[in-house]
Amino acid sequence: MKVLWLQSGGCGGCTQSLLCHEPRPLFDELRDAGIEFVWHPALSPESGEEALAVLEACADGSRAFDVLCIEGAMLRGPNGSGRFHRLAGRPLTEWVRQLAARARHVFAIGSCTAWGGFSANTPGNPLEACGLQYDVEEPGGLLGAAFLAGDGLPVVNLAGCPTHPGWIVDTLEKLACDGLTAADLDEFGRPLLYAEQLVHHGCPRNEFYEFKASAEKHSDLGCLMENLGCKGTQAHADCNTRPWNGAGSCLKGGYACIACTEPGFEAPGHAFQQTPKLAGIPIGLPTDMPKAWFVALAALSKSATPKRVRDNAVEDHTVIRPSVRKGGK
Amino acid sequence: MTRIVLGPFNRVEGDLEVQLEVAAGQVQSAQVNSPLFRGFEPLLIGRDPADALAIVPRICGICSVAQSAAAAAALADLAGVTPPPNGRLALHLTQATENLADHLTHFYLFFLPDFCRPAYVDRSWHADVVARFAAQRGSSVGPWLQARARFFHLAGFLAGRWPHTLAIQPGGSTKATTAAERIRLLALLREFRSFLESRVFADRLESFATLADADALSAWAADNPGDLALFLRLAGDLRLERIGAGAERFLSFGAYGLFPAGSCGGDLAVDPLDTGKIVEDVSHAWLAGDAPLAPAVGETLVAADKPAAYTWCKAPRYGGAVAETGALARQLIDGQPLLRDLVGRHGASVTARIVARLLEVARLLPAMESWAQALRPGEPFCLPAPLPDTGAAVGLVEAARGSLGHWLSVRRGRIERYQIIAPTTWNFSPRDATGRPGALEQALVGLPAGEGALPIVQHVVRSFDPCMVCTVH
Repeated sequence: MKVLWLQSGGCGGCTQSLLCHEPRPLFDELRDAGIEFVWHPALSPESGEEALAVLEACADGSRAFDVLCIEGAMLRGPNGSGRFHRLAGRPLTEWVRQLAARARHVFAIGSCTAWGGFSANTPGNPLEACGLQYDVEEPGGLLGAAFLAGDGLPVVNLAGCPTHPGWIVDTLEKLACDGLTAADLDEFGRPLLYAEQLVHHGCPRNEFYEFKASAEKHSDLGCLMENLGCKGTQAHADCNTRPWNGAGSCLKGGYACIACTEPGFEAPGHAFQQTPKLAGIPIGLPTDMPKAWFVALAALSKSATPKRVRDNAVEDHTVIRPSVRKGGK
Repeated sequence: MTRIVLGPFNRVEGDLEVQLEVAAGQVQSAQVNSPLFRGFEPLLIGRDPADALAIVPRICGICSVAQSAAAAAALADLAGVTPPPNGRLALHLTQATENLADHLTHFYLFFLPDFCRPAYVDRSWHADVVARFAAQRGSSVGPWLQARARFFHLAGFLAGRWPHTLAIQPGGSTKATTAAERIRLLALLREFRSFLESRVFADRLESFATLADADALSAWAADNPGDLALFLRLAGDLRLERIGAGAERFLSFGAYGLFPAGSCGGDLAVDPLDTGKIVEDVSHAWLAGDAPLAPAVGETLVAADKPAAYTWCKAPRYGGAVAETGALARQLIDGQPLLRDLVGRHGASVTARIVARLLEVARLLPAMESWAQALRPGEPFCLPAPLPDTGAAVGLVEAARGSLGHWLSVRRGRIERYQIIAPTTWNFSPRDATGRPGALEQALVGLPAGEGALPIVQHVVRSFDPCMVCTVH
């Protein structure tokens, strides 16, 4: 399976993250799964004219490829000219339209590419930035809501900022192994293999969440939902069951999930590290949870919080250990 | 005179095109074009100041932690807060993890594959170099990616993930390392040292770090089986120690409390850093503005139809001088003897820039071991850092690629102005209003180019390890 990769209005972080693939080195893993890069801007030997020849052959159909991976927002400005990003004198948006028409499958790598990301959320959007098939959460984007790749699927949105290496490698391998269908994607075109979970699932702060024992300041051990802006109960991704960099996740790192897989995460309408509240209750409640139930449960669990959990929540290390019972009871 | 456009210039971070005027097989003049504009500075305006911590890492997927560190330093300056010792150590460790990984990612994935080109097929080293360093399939590529992925477990423990962490705060780190995790950190550092000492240096880090001069380096490389020595032998054959001098000054903001801030010229006499000497000129960028402005009062206003412009990159100048920044500048300003000898003999060069990065790897890993040792679980990692409603502040750090500065001002609790000068903004600057070319533009003049020329231009461009997404941001 041949993969052509291009970068545009993004930071390159999804590629840098991809290179962290484990347990096997990225290139070995892909090669043995029958996956190769036709060209990748950061990783391929061809430069300048040789690279252009590859891109032109892919664009005019004389060189076949399977998957078009785009990393970065589509910059249509200024004034629709695409001049905020040109490749060999031509707007990158033009290259992407041509290549997408030739691709069997089109992948948006990262939230910039899927929804437009930070570039699209500068006030007034002077960059005229958008995602491949979305303007934030509205279908459309560069390719238009009706776009279907050669395989009959819309753009597959590997959203995340950055993407986890496993999301990309597993999706490519799923495609190479037994194909992708609409049933493999959620309502926003994200692969269910990582987007059918919530970040909350497997959260290491679970016990603090259960008792609504909340962190009050940075480095506290408690739950980050009530005060510090955490959206793990609303964000679709498997970050706490699929470790980042061996042992990490945002929550394990001590800071809020800012829901970077969701459209519009970059402009939440409040400070990232503060939870907006109405009458003392967080506005963003857990997915699928009726407000009245949440309020009732929170009141009950707060009243039942063990001292150990309550005290540890506002410290940066465990000050009261779980008690040890003797006699196996 | 013929005009050659080299682009897309790949295996750099981000987008780059280089335009050369060539006559008689030599570059007469060069223009460096950063063809991508994303507008991060304007988008920060009006935000809550602490939001910068979530936004600026996303400027760059390879210098993400350095961007976070610069914003955190600026906000700490604004708050008048100093992180506690654990917070400082955790930041040093996270930043050094990115720094070392970047240096070696450049070495193995971006820089070395160019020596596998058919142009070098008749060189004695070519077959060995292809076997080890060919893009994606050389025998050294897999082991490097494996070591890199394992090394980034440090970031998993210390910062949740890499890239794009929110662990780095003005008051310290959101992640308090536990006693158990500290032991894991030390084990990970031991594992990475083993990779470096077996494959990269084929020697003790401390032995390489104490080589005194260019002759000692040549002798060291002569029969060493490691990857660095193989590069040094081919570099000697191609005389890369004589190629690639550019700017008239070197600049460093200082790093880790190990490498001092300062600047020096060709005589290598070091002056203290004076940030008052920094201005940005936009005469050749597609940006509006007249006179050069200090970054504290700088602006980023698009002027896409400006006639004299050829890039989105501004032209920073230090006391009017073009400056080069990066590992070489850091080490020269620190007085490192081997690099002072290399540069003293032939000026800045492809070889000197590569040796500086690898030397920094050899010097920083032992420092990381001592920082991890010094962590004190149970003592604070983060202090409160309430921000004033109004004020101005500066955050200066060293990213892997060199000096990175954030200048911000806050009014009524919102960001009023935010200006960033990144390392490659210095190195790949365009001409300024006086017509003086940037560091790379100067370094390319006189190099062989055109039909049948060896790909020396490729080596010189990549020797700076450009990060184009930071350059324009």
